Amino acid sequence: MREVAIIGVGMIPFGRRDEDTLLDMLAEASMRALKDAGMEKKGVDAVYVANMGAGILQHQTSVASALVDRLSLMPAAADAVENGPASGASAIKNGVLAIASGYYDFVLVAGGEKMREVVGWKATDFVSTMTHPEVEYPYGVTLPGMAGMFTRLYMEKYGLTRDQLMDVAIKNQKMGALNPYAHVEMLITKEGIAESPDAVVNNPMAADPLHLYDMCPVSDGAAAVVLCPLELAQKATEKPPVVVAGFGQATDTHTLQERDDPTDLKAVTLAAEQAFTMAKMEPKDIDLAELHDAFTILEIAESEHAGFFKKGKGGIAVAKGETSLGGKLPINMSGGLKARGHPVGATGVAQVVDVVFQLRHELGDNRQVKNAKTGFTLNFGGFGNNVVAFVLRRAE
Amino acid sequence: MAVDMDLEAVLRAPAIDMPPYPAKMITLANGKKMVVRQAAINDVPTLLKAVKPTIEIDRDYYDIVGARLYAELLGWYKHRVRNEYCLVGQVDGYLVGIVNGRMVDHDIGMSYHTLAIDRGLRVGSHLFASKMEYHIEYLKQKEVWIVAESPIGFRRWMIEYGLIKQDGVQHELGGAGSYKLTEKLYFDSKPRLVTGTRPVPDKELRIAMAEIKVADETAIREKICGVKGR
Repeated sequence: MREVAIIGVGMIPFGRRDEDTLLDMLAEASMRALKDAGMEKKGVDAVYVANMGAGILQHQTSVASALVDRLSLMPAAADAVENGPASGASAIKNGVLAIASGYYDFVLVAGGEKMREVVGWKATDFVSTMTHPEVEYPYGVTLPGMAGMFTRLYMEKYGLTRDQLMDVAIKNQKMGALNPYAHVEMLITKEGIAESPDAVVNNPMAADPLHLYDMCPVSDGAAAVVLCPLELAQKATEKPPVVVAGFGQATDTHTLQERDDPTDLKAVTLAAEQAFTMAKMEPKDIDLAELHDAFTILEIAESEHAGFFKKGKGGIAVAKGETSLGGKLPINMSGGLKARGHPVGATGVAQVVDVVFQLRHELGDNRQVKNAKTGFTLNFGGFGNNVVAFVLRRAE
Repeated sequence: MAVDMDLEAVLRAPAIDMPPYPAKMITLANGKKMVVRQAAINDVPTLLKAVKPTIEIDRDYYDIVGARLYAELLGWYKHRVRNEYCLVGQVDGYLVGIVNGRMVDHDIGMSYHTLAIDRGLRVGSHLFASKMEYHIEYLKQKEVWIVAESPIGFRRWMIEYGLIKQDGVQHELGGAGSYKLTEKLYFDSKPRLVTGTRPVPDKELRIAMAEIKVADETAIREKICGVKGR
């Protein structure tokens, strides 16, 4: 297999983009990535587009064909990839495989979602369509509901505290406030969301024991990357290429109740192990991580299941600042899904874009992990039933 | 414009004496302190500067809320609306939201509008709750009549307070379905929806009372409908 490099990245600010169509967003992010790769006038062999819900939300299908036409990239091959909230990383994985196999040389991967076109409860319902159609969805379960139940079990089993969950929210909103691409640019304080008597209004219970500020926002947004073989990367761009050193993907039962232990995110562990094995690295070799914190609990649980902390120690690590900038393993220096936002089809791509920014040392001191050489991303689909992980490293 | 006071005496409706709303302070999610206090009629020209840009914002029904609020505040200023009041939320002196309403008689309050300028901090929820607090706890009214002109308002008022639909009752704002908040509903909801501490510390109150500062029009538009808009 050929080694694969990321030679261009692009992203548009996430948020509420009433004025843009889904295609506008995908096209803008793609053009930014192609420009970053110095490929505005060069051919792209294939395009993979990650999107979860255009068929439902925009009544639009064949998004990849539409994007190729919008960008005048014909006759490039084009495929849409739908894997729930892990669509972004799945699309990148497909692009990586296509190049690694030697079949294509230059691949554009774009991920996007336009979720603010519908009211909040319809967006929640749309995301819930990934639950089991017979034993979960008809009974009204939502992803926040699942996360609430998961959190309660995790607290009982590992002694996780609400304070530790709040530490994740405060950290990530602080980083989001420094990220021009983030949807939420608002600092929050423990006084404002928990300690003050006014917190009962500011941060109401959403899915016991999770509160409003334990949840990611519903966002519009898009992100894109350009991939090519490492051996061509140095000629293609002057920027330091970032190598896809390893990837992994694993699945688990569709429903939570069928798992031996609902708190055990096996697919996270397996996907991470595969990625580390392929990269010939261990968790301790990673300088920073972007994890899928759709809910604060997930950042902690994923950090443990991916092998960065022992079970039950992830929350303590957050509280001690070990996952903050300057800590042992900075996590979600983009603000994560919690603050950057979670346009579902875009998220997995955005995580990789953010790690590439870090590995190219392009961020300001207030977000840049010093001398970062390796990064890890984890994109979490369903409630952990389809997970994709990447280990990335800066090419020397 | 010259005002003929003889004619004004005919045009101006007699008002009921309304006890004042005592200022309170609320800590927002970002840790900042919002002072909620009653605006004076002389504050109206300043408030209109903040409301005016919203009239052209076609997002989340800001245009209709802004246009109507503008007219209501002007009506109060020109003494053409009877027993109107206005509460404002200020952070560091800056206006972050406005609510208004009217005392119909000793028993019934008429809720008009809620306009949040700083979004994403539940400013509107806090100010609406303050308005209900004024009607029930200080004006001692038995019920408040409410309509929602936006889905956000419907979620915040009708659903969160469990308001009672009033079929066949005409709210002063017109067509939308009229609901009411009763004393019982208010006190049932109070523990989870109505907060704030009194008295406001001297420093914060002094800053709030000194001047209602208003962000410039561009900033107001960006706060309400920028990409980061909620």
